Amino acid sequence: MRYGKYRFIAGFLAVPLALYIVFVVSPYAQAFYISMTDWRGFSGQQNFIGFGNYIELATDGRFWRAMGHNGLLLLVVPLVTIVFALFLAAVTTVAGRQGAVGRGGVRGSRFYQVVFFFPQVVPVVIAGVLFGFFFNPDAGLLNGLLRVLGLGWLTRPWLGDPALALPSVMAVLIWGAVGFYYVLFSSAMKSVPPDVFEAAVLDGAGRLRTFWSITLPMIWDSVQVSYIYLGIMVLDGFALLQVMLPVPGGGPDGSTAVVSQYLYESAFINGRFGYASAIGVALCLVTLLLAVAVLRLTRRQQTEY
Amino acid sequence: MTLGTSAPATTPPDRSQRRPRRHDDAHHKALTGERTLNVFTHGFLAVWAILVAVPLIWAVLTAFKTDSEIFSSPWSLPAQWQFGNFVRAWTTASIGTYFVNSLIVVSVSVVLVMLLGSMVAYVLARYEFPGRGVIYYAFVAGMTFPIFLALVPLFFVVQNLGMLGTYHGLILVYTAYALPFTVFFMTGFFRTLPSALAEAAMLDGCSHSGVFFRIMLPLARPGLISVGIFNFLGLWNQYLLPLVLMPDSDHYVLSQGLAVLAANQGYRSDWSALFAGLVIALLPVLAVYVVFQRRIQEGLSVGAIK
Repeated sequence: MRYGKYRFIAGFLAVPLALYIVFVVSPYAQAFYISMTDWRGFSGQQNFIGFGNYIELATDGRFWRAMGHNGLLLLVVPLVTIVFALFLAAVTTVAGRQGAVGRGGVRGSRFYQVVFFFPQVVPVVIAGVLFGFFFNPDAGLLNGLLRVLGLGWLTRPWLGDPALALPSVMAVLIWGAVGFYYVLFSSAMKSVPPDVFEAAVLDGAGRLRTFWSITLPMIWDSVQVSYIYLGIMVLDGFALLQVMLPVPGGGPDGSTAVVSQYLYESAFINGRFGYASAIGVALCLVTLLLAVAVLRLTRRQQTEY
Repeated sequence: MTLGTSAPATTPPDRSQRRPRRHDDAHHKALTGERTLNVFTHGFLAVWAILVAVPLIWAVLTAFKTDSEIFSSPWSLPAQWQFGNFVRAWTTASIGTYFVNSLIVVSVSVVLVMLLGSMVAYVLARYEFPGRGVIYYAFVAGMTFPIFLALVPLFFVVQNLGMLGTYHGLILVYTAYALPFTVFFMTGFFRTLPSALAEAAMLDGCSHSGVFFRIMLPLARPGLISVGIFNFLGLWNQYLLPLVLMPDSDHYVLSQGLAVLAANQGYRSDWSALFAGLVIALLPVLAVYVVFQRRIQEGLSVGAIK
């Protein structure tokens, strides 16, 4: 039975590993080295310049402005998404609680799940084109609706106004994400043992109290993970922004430029490959910091249970 | 659990002190409370459902309108259903070409990544050998790093291999970047399969690879289908990689083609064809979602919790 085991293992691993090393591992490894060179253009030579790119990055106004937009997205989008999703999920499970123990959800909850979840599978580019036109000042659905409702004075060139472009993008990101986290939180709430809820009800806990002291702590793990996932999503945001606001420099007056767009522009438009790689390393660091920070900052509440 | 044990002791005497009439009142109040809550619940759920559905329905309706209708009356139904938009999108706007390109690249990639990914996962799940942990964690780590970090070197790796702007280049890159997810989930899946069948087959003289292809792979079908669906949706969605690796407009995949089409609308606008293109691009995703939606929801939420 042992005969030929290692030959079999090697045979099965060779091709996938080779593919993985060439196209995934080696680019990641090279990125760190390239970020320390002044490599420009396709034929240009590379000189090792140590942390030169990082020093330039530290004082690059455009980079920090883009990082600021990412920071705003990071503050608003996950928070609003999670609150909406928790609210919808709690309301569905709580309303389903009226029967003896049945927390099977309200009538039609299956239908809602199917509808809510759909944006999750809509390709980002499609959502980008769709909402780029949704916010169109003349033919867009939003301004059209406002006019129909007699609120014509509220119509705006949503994506053309530097103050409104980023909030509009946030709305689209939230639109796409709520359904997934609604489904996630609903199933987490359903897996909480029913006797915990019964005990709380017998002790006279109201709905709000039950949610705050029982439901939320019991599903805290899912909430934490969701924050990290949403954070990673908005740290990228490239496809949606690039398609929704196809303006060089990132939206009106650069008001929606994010780090990933600046990286893409630095590399493939300005040909500053070393510098772009340094931006990539910075982005990667921020992602890791985010994950660590979320897990650290939210740990205390988790230990209650 | 302290909550649970103290509760039964205190409630019965409390209830016995109440007069029946008041009890009925309370009960009645609770019922109306439930009812108003239910109305609110359905209200919130319905509002969100409308917010989700309206932009999508509007996109489908827009795809059937004429250009002038799109601009004059965004809210009305199309006066006449313009099926010609779809023909124009498919031919003049090259959506047909992009669609076929996407289909080729994505389907070959999914088949390839499922085959290679299960091979790796099977070996990692079922065999002890030096370096197993390192390989497993190398794949897991690949799920956490942002693709942007690899973007610049990846471009030159593909260029140096002479694969820039080719189907097979993009297919290999898609496959490589879908491997971590596939390996991670299939390893978990292969671990749950019973080993008795495999051992019996080995005793009957079946080779290692024979066991894999004839016994374990068919057993793993539910897992293969779930992971395959996610890979299909993920790769169909992919925009960044083709943007960098497919500079040749004849080989554009659908997401690229739509983005370019949308960006060019300022110069020569054919909005109705663009929306028809969106609907065409959405159809495969919609079909997969409708057929597999329960599995997708379960799989994705389990995946996110783990």
